[in-house]
Amino acid sequence: MGPLHDRAPCGPGGERFAVAIPSDVGRIEGVVEQVVARCVARDYPRQACALNVPVALTEALANAIVNGNGEDAAKRVEVRGCLDDRELVLEVHDEGAGFDLTASTNAPDDPDFVLREDGRGLFLMQALMDRVEQYAAPRAGNVVRLTLRRTA
Amino acid sequence: MSFSMHREGDITVVDVGGQLIVGNRQELKQKVLDELEKGDRRFLIDFAQTGYIDSSGLGVLVSLSKKIREQGGELRLANLNEDLKTLFELTKLDTLFQIADTRERALESF
Repeated sequence: MGPLHDRAPCGPGGERFAVAIPSDVGRIEGVVEQVVARCVARDYPRQACALNVPVALTEALANAIVNGNGEDAAKRVEVRGCLDDRELVLEVHDEGAGFDLTASTNAPDDPDFVLREDGRGLFLMQALMDRVEQYAAPRAGNVVRLTLRRTA
Repeated sequence: MSFSMHREGDITVVDVGGQLIVGNRQELKQKVLDELEKGDRRFLIDFAQTGYIDSSGLGVLVSLSKKIREQGGELRLANLNEDLKTLFELTKLDTLFQIADTRERALESF
């Protein structure tokens, strides 16, 4: 699996986009708004635009900023996307040394799942997306790829 | 995103406007903890104007629930839209919180 720019082009009429921000959690919402607007414009299902995409992308961006880049303001996070009539693919790139996406992850089967204050990030990404993958970026950094198939 | 707070009798009502996410969760937490410190014990968080909540926001709600209970108080929630209900069901947090369909019902339930 390679990074998005090495993959086959988006489907017919598909669009690529990219946006980069500094490692500041306060910048997450603006990126999410941009991506959601593209989904709305392409008439993706309401729940995908209001829940699945914003929550999963927020989780991936927060991971990249906090766990990937250690909130180092000198490091950036980039979202590369491909949106067509079949699916949305989002890749969140950080510049960190890599992190374990599954670390401190909590699962609904854990006895203390409900009472824990953290550990729901990966669970939510997996619950709200069709596919969540992580790999090392070709030169440096880490990538989390989210894929959501269009269902209606 | 914004949080506003007011009293209805002895209940502190918090309205969450916009998103409750990693970038602003501490603001909500501190506002509620400040009122808890002052002696408030009954809290209602109203999500009628809320867009989405991420895992950090959910974590703050769990944290506040624990801290309020430790002080003998109660935290209740109201006005979750369909997407937020789905989020609470996925994470099973609908079993942790008492959630009312409307603010009025939530206030009556204390």
